[in-house]
Amino acid sequence: MNRNARRGYASGASLFVMYALTVLALIPLALVLWFTASKGLPSVLHPEFFTNVERPVGVPGAGIAHAIVGTGILVGIASLMAIPIGVLTGVYLAEYSYARWAGWVRLASDVLVGTPSIAVGLFAYALVVAPSHHFSGVSGSVALAILMLPIVIRTTEGAVALIPSGLRESGLALGLPRWRVSLQLILPAAVPGVITGALLAVARASGETAPLLFTAFGNHLFSLDPTQAIQALPLTVYHDALMPYKSLQDQAWGAALVLVAMVLVINLFSRWVLRRQIRLAGQL
Amino acid sequence: MIPAPNRPPDRFRTLTAVVASVAPLLLVVIVVILFQQAGPAVSKFGLGFLTSIDWNPVTQSFGALPAIFGTVTTSFMALVIAVPVGVAVAVVLAEQGQQGIRALLGTGIELLAAIPSVVYGIWALYVLAPWSYQNIEIPISEHFGFINYLTHPAVRGLFNAALVLAVMILPTLTAVSRDVIRAVPRGLRENAIALGATWWETTWRVILPAARPGIFGAVILALGRALGETIAVTMVIGNRYEIPPTLFSPAYTLASVIANEFTEATGTLYPAALIELGLVLILVTLTVNLFAMLLVRSAQSRIAV
Repeated sequence: MNRNARRGYASGASLFVMYALTVLALIPLALVLWFTASKGLPSVLHPEFFTNVERPVGVPGAGIAHAIVGTGILVGIASLMAIPIGVLTGVYLAEYSYARWAGWVRLASDVLVGTPSIAVGLFAYALVVAPSHHFSGVSGSVALAILMLPIVIRTTEGAVALIPSGLRESGLALGLPRWRVSLQLILPAAVPGVITGALLAVARASGETAPLLFTAFGNHLFSLDPTQAIQALPLTVYHDALMPYKSLQDQAWGAALVLVAMVLVINLFSRWVLRRQIRLAGQL
Repeated sequence: MIPAPNRPPDRFRTLTAVVASVAPLLLVVIVVILFQQAGPAVSKFGLGFLTSIDWNPVTQSFGALPAIFGTVTTSFMALVIAVPVGVAVAVVLAEQGQQGIRALLGTGIELLAAIPSVVYGIWALYVLAPWSYQNIEIPISEHFGFINYLTHPAVRGLFNAALVLAVMILPTLTAVSRDVIRAVPRGLRENAIALGATWWETTWRVILPAARPGIFGAVILALGRALGETIAVTMVIGNRYEIPPTLFSPAYTLASVIANEFTEATGTLYPAALIELGLVLILVTLTVNLFAMLLVRSAQSRIAV
């Protein structure tokens, strides 16, 4: 066998190995989705799963309505804190990208993305739970808001930076002050990108468990009061999965399926919005 | 000479700059508050906290070494498993096959990065860990049992925690490496092919070396994720506070100790010790992430030249 043929075979073989590794990588990821769907579906198919709250083990008709509502409240309050601050910060980073402070802010938000969520939970505990002496939804929202902030900042910056500078220059040439150019001309054009960032942040926050363990804490009852302990979907999955009862484990799989479906739908929708934004920005 | 027109100060810039200070401020405040809350433990144990293996709420004696050991070994084992696979997938996604299939696979992998860790956790607890116990741990301990570190298989332990971490960091690792490989200038690849190099020679000797700093950055980024991961690891690591005698034994990580024990910690020293674990964790991950970011940035600017 001559040298060139050997080189050809080696190349073909290595390509085959890489394809095999790709398939190998996709197997566990496909299995996660498959097991969540197949084990969660029996629970989800009962309508009372979405309308009832937890019941003692052995009593049929248990549901996770309190967890779904709780996640909505937690993430809603967190969004009210994170999105306005994040959007304004993103606008600052894009509009004054030459400022020296902008470099530090960008670095800080990049570092914040990688902060372990459990440490953020400890911070929210020290800041809100310890002084008020009880667990509360608000403290959970504070932790979630800190995790959402960097995502909103960086996607807003990206969306604003996509807007052609001609739009900004025409606004300034007409004599508009800087704040009107930024907030009434540039930001509206960048709204789809900003929405994408907000949605991605909401998706991330909805799935977080660790920072809620000792802030929102969880609650077996239906509660709308954010100043008290409140249940959340990921907490349901975590606590019920570790229980030795089949019915609770099934409930955990059902809650996991609801969580995955929610996160995937939000992500796909935000991608669609982003693609439209990029196309529209090209037309400006 | 005509004087320059008198412009009003740009108040909008001042306002947004102040709002933008929230992010850097938060970072500083988080570290300061955790340090202050850990105060009782820091002053009692000093640097010995990092090297002591004791964790006993009854005798009020606390040390972080087993948890640090668990965090570091699970993360590095996860990297050893995930990096070769992730880079291979990134090479395939960056340049092989049809555009449509590649884009579909790429989107799929990015979506998998968004799946909450508690979902990976419940899957690992009921599917991955029992499977790996039967089909990986038991055969290995039977065939290589003469090595002490490869005995005592267990459903919940160090190895299975590393396995689920590997699955969890794979999407991030792949997506970032793929972007880095794609950023290698086309000319390099075309030159290699024009010189008669095969596909493998081009990939191994030209493309991957050019992309190496960026791929290294992706690996460090994945390491940061793995170090801070809490819930999935807590569900399968077995929760035993000791330096595990074998690869498969139950262990503990910094994040899982906090997740399991913080709500039950009473007194002043016990919670303070847990918060100090959190402080150690956050300082390590911040350093790792900062390092990864500098690497990826310098790699990008080098490729651009």
